[in-house]
Amino acid sequence: MSAILPPAERLWYKHPIDRVEGTWIAIALTWCLIMFFMMVGWHIWGQQNLSTETYRTTPDKFMPKVQAMVDKYTVRTETDEKTPVVAPPAGSDVYMLARLWSFYPILELEKGKTYKLHLTAMDYNHGFSLQPANINIQIVPGFEHVVTVTPNQSGTYSVVCNEYCGIGHHKMVGRIYIK
Amino acid sequence: MSTATTYRTCPRSGLQFERQAEWLIKANAFIAVVWLLIGGLLAIGVVLTRWPAVRWLEADTFYMVLTAHGIDMLIFWIIFFEVAVLYFCASTLLRCRIATPKIAWLAFALMLIGSVVNNISVFRGASSVMMTSYVPMMAEPNFYLGLILFAVGALVACFVFFGTLVVAKREKTYTGSVPLVTFGAITAAIIAVFTIASGAIILIPTWLMSLGVVKSVDPLVYRTIWWAFGHSSQQINVAAHISVWYLVAAIAFGAKPMSERVSRTAFLLYILFLQLASAHHLLADPGLSTGWKVVNTSYFMYFAVLASMLHGLTIPGAMEVAQRQKGYTKGLFEWLRKAPWGNPTFSGVFISIIGFGFLGGISGVMMGTEQLNMIIHNTIYVPGHFHATVVVGTTLTFMALTYYLIPVLFKREMILPGLAKWQPYLFGFSMYFFCLVMMGAGTLGVSRRHWDMAFNGHALAYEWPGAAYLMMALVGIGGVVAIAGGAIYILITVGSLLFGRKLDEGATSPKFTPIPRTAPTGAAQTYGSMGFAAPGTFALAMVFLLAFVLYYFINWKYLSTLWGLS
Repeated sequence: MSAILPPAERLWYKHPIDRVEGTWIAIALTWCLIMFFMMVGWHIWGQQNLSTETYRTTPDKFMPKVQAMVDKYTVRTETDEKTPVVAPPAGSDVYMLARLWSFYPILELEKGKTYKLHLTAMDYNHGFSLQPANINIQIVPGFEHVVTVTPNQSGTYSVVCNEYCGIGHHKMVGRIYIK
Repeated sequence: MSTATTYRTCPRSGLQFERQAEWLIKANAFIAVVWLLIGGLLAIGVVLTRWPAVRWLEADTFYMVLTAHGIDMLIFWIIFFEVAVLYFCASTLLRCRIATPKIAWLAFALMLIGSVVNNISVFRGASSVMMTSYVPMMAEPNFYLGLILFAVGALVACFVFFGTLVVAKREKTYTGSVPLVTFGAITAAIIAVFTIASGAIILIPTWLMSLGVVKSVDPLVYRTIWWAFGHSSQQINVAAHISVWYLVAAIAFGAKPMSERVSRTAFLLYILFLQLASAHHLLADPGLSTGWKVVNTSYFMYFAVLASMLHGLTIPGAMEVAQRQKGYTKGLFEWLRKAPWGNPTFSGVFISIIGFGFLGGISGVMMGTEQLNMIIHNTIYVPGHFHATVVVGTTLTFMALTYYLIPVLFKREMILPGLAKWQPYLFGFSMYFFCLVMMGAGTLGVSRRHWDMAFNGHALAYEWPGAAYLMMALVGIGGVVAIAGGAIYILITVGSLLFGRKLDEGATSPKFTPIPRTAPTGAAQTYGSMGFAAPGTFALAMVFLLAFVLYYFINWKYLSTLWGLS
């Protein structure tokens, strides 16, 4: 009997299990269950869980909210494009949109404070890749994803687009300052 | 029902090939290798552009080449070869004529036309949308049409495979259950039907959208269903290459499965749970509930991971048992030391098993853990993972199988046997290295599908740590060596078909010879030590488990240092 011939025993599911295999099944199954409950447990005890709060949106609905925040809380502008740097108060709703090929606006947040970050894409799929922290979230057009963030270190963070979005994809990078 | 065909018994292997099936297997395998050649040439462009110090291609060319590389390798090379494997597992292993050969040729033609139409569209330059082609970014209509034609062809090929199983049963070419390898191939084919149907469901409306008939396709619905095609097609690979592992264990060692029950149940778990894995790609997405993510991404409590861990033990375990029966019983590992390391069919498969488990398997579970996915999603860790599964796992296994098929199926003596002996080591180990440094760069956050990690000339440019640049340079070096290893494979296989000495084709007969009934196995096995039939394999499995557990918790530790997210 071999793997390329029909099994000798008519009922293959009655074939005895070897001790090596039996032991390994027990160990492997235990490990699988540990991994499963680790994922569930982190939702209860862990601090890093991706929010599922999502709303359908359109560029026309989302843009005014971004603009209202920019008008109210802009502290300065940066780069030749005069990208506004916005410093909304702790605990508030902050907005960031992704479009070909930039993130808008630049945010300035406080360390240890919690914000509700609203993300959406105006055109194609984009990626929110926060560096050097290395937090990666997909941004899908038509959906407003509300992620609650609590920065735990001050410094300059970059937001790199890591979802391919056309010929200017590699020029798409934004910024978040943490004070 | 009688059909005019002949059956050839190969004098080197004892396998019996039906004439129609033999030509179909040859044609599908040959076209597969042509796609591997094209994909390999494209890989040069990808690797030399992502190597930061070289940056060979211009941005638009790079994105075009990357799109073609992904599609040609992940879809065309692998699925053409898998169709050959399916026909082999049905017709050859069951010594049966192939069902509806004309329709099988039609399937072949559809797949060939579809793949060419798609590639023409990509190389015209207006379809650089990557393999995933997320809407609303649009490619030319022919990009989707080509994929749809290919998918329909592959689907027809799956049904020819199922039909052949029915013919074998009806004409009684074998008795009892199908062999384990055929059982694995059935698993692959069932998964393939699900996969290809998902592809059609989402690509047809997208094609109509590109023609202007349909107004829009929801981006999130597209991602969800596309991945039921995109990831599941990799699950066809898993089932197919694991079947080939069992096949090679049987060929190289005369190994028999340790337990038919365990191996077949593991395949059954694949059918039930492996498909859920497409959720891995949606863990960082908005709009999907936590419960949906947790249940799906864990393949319902990791039952498919369990299945893979079982195959990972039973295949080397079966080899160990067979070797111990031959008298290699000293210590834990004499069986492994005395294995035929100079036979590329064996060495290729063994390098594939180890790399698939340690690199591909473990990294896959990390990415598929809901929270850990946030430190990996869309970084270059992802291609690091799937090159370990698809290249080290599937491609290297198929390469190893080809070395066996050249004399048996193509009736040619292999040219350059000395070089062939080294090819699996060169290709396999350089791919190990390539995958490892890619995952290293991904852990530092480097993006996948990105032309210029330096953001040259951008006011807000992010400066990656020096280690990230070093890793990407090593990716370049590893990639170039791996491409050289792939080129040697193409040289040997194509060279053997053209210039290899012709071998005796063996006796042909107008009727099949049924597979003789196997004698039942005797008493329980008495070799091994500590009451274990395969103690060496068990020790290796424990090393694997240790690596798995350590790396798993290291990643959680890393995650716990990040910003609070809720």
